[in-house]
Amino acid sequence: MLTKRIIACLDVDGGRVVKGVQFLNLRDAGDPAELAFAHSKAGADEIVLLDISATAEKRKTLLDTVRRTARELFIPFTVGGGVRTLDDASSVFDAGADKVSINSAALADPGVITCIAERFGSQAVIVAIDAKRNNGGAYEAFARGGRTPTGRDAVVWAREAESRGAGEILLTSMDRDGTGKGFDCELTSAISDAVRIPVIASGGAGSARHFVEVFQEGRADAALAASILHYGVTELAKLKQELSSAGIPVRWPC
Amino acid sequence: MTIAIVDYGAGNLTSVKKALDWLGQDSIVTADAGEVAQAEKVIVPGVGHFSATKALNHNGLKDAIQTAISREIPFFGICLGMQWMFASSTEAPGVAGLGVFPGECVHFPADVKSPHVGWNQLQFVGKSQLLHDLPSETFVYFTHSYRVPPVPETVATCEYGGVFSAVVERDHLFGVQFHPEKSGPIGVKLLQNFCELKC
Repeated sequence: MLTKRIIACLDVDGGRVVKGVQFLNLRDAGDPAELAFAHSKAGADEIVLLDISATAEKRKTLLDTVRRTARELFIPFTVGGGVRTLDDASSVFDAGADKVSINSAALADPGVITCIAERFGSQAVIVAIDAKRNNGGAYEAFARGGRTPTGRDAVVWAREAESRGAGEILLTSMDRDGTGKGFDCELTSAISDAVRIPVIASGGAGSARHFVEVFQEGRADAALAASILHYGVTELAKLKQELSSAGIPVRWPC
Repeated sequence: MTIAIVDYGAGNLTSVKKALDWLGQDSIVTADAGEVAQAEKVIVPGVGHFSATKALNHNGLKDAIQTAISREIPFFGICLGMQWMFASSTEAPGVAGLGVFPGECVHFPADVKSPHVGWNQLQFVGKSQLLHDLPSETFVYFTHSYRVPPVPETVATCEYGGVFSAVVERDHLFGVQFHPEKSGPIGVKLLQNFCELKC
């Protein structure tokens, strides 16, 4: 049976792993290559490295970080953050990534999704959507790391991303990110029902129960785990064990 | 002992090369027909659209691969590379595969999400050199929208929208639909099994 994936996410700034609460208050959490390897050993199904560096100076270290991280990693490896063009994507693939995650660049020019998908295949293109519930109860997609509202409905945008050639959707609830209050299952199921490609849920994980909920109620295909792993809130192996005993099909034992 | 990883512009070759490097195996990524024809083992990796395999018809690569195969060296197709070992695919009706295995690649049925992405289980159904010392029901990483139904050469199947061929094998010809280079220690072991095959 196809299993639900637990994807370990490393937010990287200037070559170090950090994790913010609601996109702010960054704290240092370690070396990306070491953490990726440790998560892989503990049973992570994939690794996502999101570069959140704001300055060009810090971004220069990204490819080196990707190369170091990829070297001994034999599970799928996604890189996102600041990937804007086919050239950006190519250099990230050359450095050892299997997929790229694009967000703001795709919102600005959806053609870039098609462009990368035609060259590297749809399986290599993840469109990341940062969504926030607005006063009307609908979900709006945000650009630039959650700083810029786009006025676009997240569900409509997810459908367009799919039709443009995206292979997966990485969906982050801005309302829940870093809160530990659980995934936004309503948002996740709305997107999951709207597209035929896999949806990766992100934002809000605080306990194993939250993962069970997002797979059952949110109908997510995969879920992202970041701070919940770094600080030992829940060991990855323990998380998978709990999912397994809750009847969620997971790769366990790996 | 050099393993030729055939570069035909389809997807990410670095991950296969990286895994072989990690195993300490001598390998080259090459688009040169001469190097492919003379290699001691050949791997055709690849992800993406079946039409990408048209590039194998250029520069004499297909002929070189046929030459290599006629010397009975171990030959290994991964993902799109495995699909190409069959006669054809409904993804690109005019494009001929290598045709060393009988059958055609078809799309997943409409009642399941496609692509099939993630870790799924293998069910061993035949004797296999490639799967030597690996446990049945092990998990491996798939990402594909087309698949081949079980054929007599199928040695492991997978279940997603019906049963399909996950591993095919006959004599010195091997194909896997998943990505061993992305399937953790199990996948690395499978690649090692291929590397250690005697010619």
